[in-house]
Amino acid sequence: MKRLFVFWLLIAGVMATILPACGQLGGSSNLKLGFVGPMTGDVKTFGESTKNGFDLAVSEWQAKGVKIDTVYADDKNDPTESSNAVTKLINQDKVNIIVGSVSSKCTIPDAAIANSSKVVLISPTSTNPKVTVGDDGKVIDYAFRACFIDPFQGTVMAKFAHDNLKAKTAAVLYDNSNDYTKGLAQFFKDSFTQLGGEVSVFESYGKDDTDFSAVLTKVAAANPDFLFIPDYYNKVNLIAKQAREKGVKAIMGGGDGWDSSDLDTTATEGGYFSNHYSPQDTRPEVVEWVKKYKAKYGSEPDALATLAYDATNLAITAAQEAKSNDPTKIKDALAAIKDFKGVSGNLTFDQNHNPVKSAAIIQIKNGKQQFVTTVNP
Amino acid sequence: MVYFLQQVVNGLQLGFVYALIALGYTMVYGIVRLINFAHGDVFMVGAFVGFFAIAVLGWGLVPAVVLAMLLCTVLGVSIERIAYRPLRRAPKIAALITAIGVSLFLEYFTSLKFVFGPDYRSFPRPIEVVNFEIGGVLLSNIQIIIIGVSILLLIILQYIVQRTKLGLAMRAVSFDHDTARLMGVDVDFTISATFALGSMLAGAGGVLYAIAYPQINPFMGILPGLKAFVAAVLGGIGIIPGALLGALIMGQAETLTSGYVSTTLRDAVAFAILIIVLMVRPSGLLGKRGTEKV
Amino acid sequence: MKRKDILQVLAITAAVFVVLQALIAFQILNPYYELVIEYICVFIIYALGLNLIYGFTGQFSLGHAAFYGIGAYTAAMLTKFVLPDSWLSFPVALLTAGIAAGVVSFLIGVPILRLGSDYLGIATLGFGIIVKVMFDNADSVIPAMGGARGLAGVPRLTTFAWAFILMAAVVVAVRNLVYSSHGRALLAVREDEIAANTMGINPFRYKMLAFVTGGFLAGIAGGLYAHLYAFVHPSMFDFLKSIDVLMVVVLGGLGSMSGTIIASVGWIILLEGLRSVLPAEILDWRMVIYPVVLILMMLLRPKGLMGDVELSFLKPGRVEPSASAGASPSLGKGGEQSASIEA
Repeated sequence: MKRLFVFWLLIAGVMATILPACGQLGGSSNLKLGFVGPMTGDVKTFGESTKNGFDLAVSEWQAKGVKIDTVYADDKNDPTESSNAVTKLINQDKVNIIVGSVSSKCTIPDAAIANSSKVVLISPTSTNPKVTVGDDGKVIDYAFRACFIDPFQGTVMAKFAHDNLKAKTAAVLYDNSNDYTKGLAQFFKDSFTQLGGEVSVFESYGKDDTDFSAVLTKVAAANPDFLFIPDYYNKVNLIAKQAREKGVKAIMGGGDGWDSSDLDTTATEGGYFSNHYSPQDTRPEVVEWVKKYKAKYGSEPDALATLAYDATNLAITAAQEAKSNDPTKIKDALAAIKDFKGVSGNLTFDQNHNPVKSAAIIQIKNGKQQFVTTVNP
Repeated sequence: MVYFLQQVVNGLQLGFVYALIALGYTMVYGIVRLINFAHGDVFMVGAFVGFFAIAVLGWGLVPAVVLAMLLCTVLGVSIERIAYRPLRRAPKIAALITAIGVSLFLEYFTSLKFVFGPDYRSFPRPIEVVNFEIGGVLLSNIQIIIIGVSILLLIILQYIVQRTKLGLAMRAVSFDHDTARLMGVDVDFTISATFALGSMLAGAGGVLYAIAYPQINPFMGILPGLKAFVAAVLGGIGIIPGALLGALIMGQAETLTSGYVSTTLRDAVAFAILIIVLMVRPSGLLGKRGTEKV
Repeated sequence: MKRKDILQVLAITAAVFVVLQALIAFQILNPYYELVIEYICVFIIYALGLNLIYGFTGQFSLGHAAFYGIGAYTAAMLTKFVLPDSWLSFPVALLTAGIAAGVVSFLIGVPILRLGSDYLGIATLGFGIIVKVMFDNADSVIPAMGGARGLAGVPRLTTFAWAFILMAAVVVAVRNLVYSSHGRALLAVREDEIAANTMGINPFRYKMLAFVTGGFLAGIAGGLYAHLYAFVHPSMFDFLKSIDVLMVVVLGGLGSMSGTIIASVGWIILLEGLRSVLPAEILDWRMVIYPVVLILMMLLRPKGLMGDVELSFLKPGRVEPSASAGASPSLGKGGEQSASIEA
């Protein structure tokens, strides 16, 4: 039986050596911020943008003399990895606040873990309502977000399409494995139908699909006034291009996923999308922000970086106001924030820890993004 | 009726794209009985090489395709040399796992920032899209090019396999390595040549695919690769015309399901067809029923 | 095994359990470690199921994650919506999850298991993809399942005790199966189906046995998994996840239970460890190192870590020649004990 004993000993030994490696910065009294996001995997660029926003915010506070420690964790955009990462951040690294994750499918379990461990979590970009509100309808105390939620965006675009563009019929295309697009699509459909419009085509596609000829032929045959594609810019580029080739004449629209300098402006010419902010917004916060980001990273900030910047600032501001690193005090301070002048708009948290702020509608005109109007909730 | 024909045309485009990838799979499987999971990623590299050629070097369509074919050939043969050849005598599963490893490696390595980067890039088209209308059905020049090139490559491939000495060697080796060796065939060379041919096709396929669906990213090869392999099996793995037939059927099945039933079920239908065919006629549509010697 | 040996194994395992449980209860091992340990236990159950199918019976299944998912969703739906709040609910849910996965394995096994190994791989791959697509769209049929939105709010019922005890039970059960005449039949089918058939072993029947049992185990593991992370999402059961578990089984050594266990522990620790060890800038290299390790393993030691050798505490003991007829043969070629009968 020596073998068995040795076997267990070996396993214990391996675990003991590897797991605690580089984890603990014990006993520091500094505010500790953890960042969790998809730094590898299929949406790596989102993780990067959010990290940039996070880093910029932290460095600004540090320059003002606030002592902050940071720890990063990669979740590969996978819910299990994210849960593991957050558990580690909370228990090994003993963070006070977690900024992340990007996708709702990761943030939902993360928020639950943070909540039960009494650590504040604020997501810059997760739009699924379930992140801050549990199944029982009650708000999750320690979970917050810096962006508006799916129901809001879908409704905003539906209203815009119906009221401003006078569209009577609409087609909707969404990615059925992506809760963000699915949510937006569903809420758009509900609102549009409620306003009296008709959704003639409501079809989904797969995450890796590149050939949309079949479904676009269907759309072309239905000839709707408006085509809603609430996906990320990379998918939108493909779909929009193929749509025009298949003879779809509708005006196209989408959500904040369209926001990127890589959006194909030729294919989406004349289209509209809702966003958290527009880099052309003349508000001083925006101008400042774009300048700062460009100086440090050499490119224009996208919505993700902006939201991460705002989220991090919100969290640190709350810690300052609470004059404490205790997450319980921080969460109360966070919930009480009103009229925070973020880059992405004036932020006030509602009772569900979701920010009440306006959306900007942007049009693609002459190959450029042009700010059209603001829609208030 | 017009709607139906339009969908059929869509299906043809998709089918021929799958065919270009499927041919490589079927040839490699035929000769070494290996599902080369990395094939889809060679296809991806082809697309990126094309991007580089067209966007950075400013070349036209044909030179870009040729460059992609060349570089992919080198890649494919290297993979075979480094990762598969040492395992030729090992249990098949080892080679398979290695293939999966190579596939993952290609995907994640190219997604590192200093290589291709993980971003989705818009693929610049070297030629303008022109639509022809025939009886209400839209046909684009891109579709015609893809279909034309695929058929051309298929004919060339058939010629090589059926009429040249190399092809004879390939067929011999796919029957039995050792006997072929006894007959004086250089088995290693033949296998490398097979990989070369398959990778060449994948490279060309990558560029054409990127022109049809102008967006590339390091993970773009996974799903088309998978479906192309299913197509190869459908038609009878190891049989070249089978790969084309299987690919065309897959293309039609997917497109018609999207067009008439629901786009949601598209992938499910494709794989369901596979399972049915495997149950009813496992050697594939054009495959011969092998007798098993006891 | 001799009674003395059995008692010794049980005693040591029980001691390990008590020690770990105490460490966790007294927070010496923080919740992060606890999570990792519990996940390892769950994964071992999952991987042993696949080892049964592929390692011992030679059926190349690329869709094992589908059964994991079926188990996870079944158990989660049951505890969330159907079962009352008693302590019995969890085991009932797990059992039902296992049965559900087993039933599906049976239904899909009937047509598929007749195929040869490569084709079987593709068919199971296709099946796995179909199941994942169904999970993604499940909310059109049963809204509570969440589809791509995920199923949140699953009660976190998996404790260290449940995970460890079930894992130990599964290891014992699988070991007993493997060292029985049924287990030998499975190996026979793996080695040479036609010869086995000639010897009166019905290959189809035994393939089904392995496949259904493996699916059942995956279902139980899935149920534990769902209640460990309190969240179920279709992306947790895609093709890449099937590949993960397959790799662990292969790396551990086909036909070696201890190999699977060691590989499971090692793999999870490696991935978590790399998370801590690598600095933020080169985190992406984690996913590059992983396949390179895999390729190197295959090139240098294709048989896997343990090959087909089993650690002795899992093997039946040597039967003295004076004991009953029917020696217990070793399972490995070149294993530590060889039967006195020439193979």
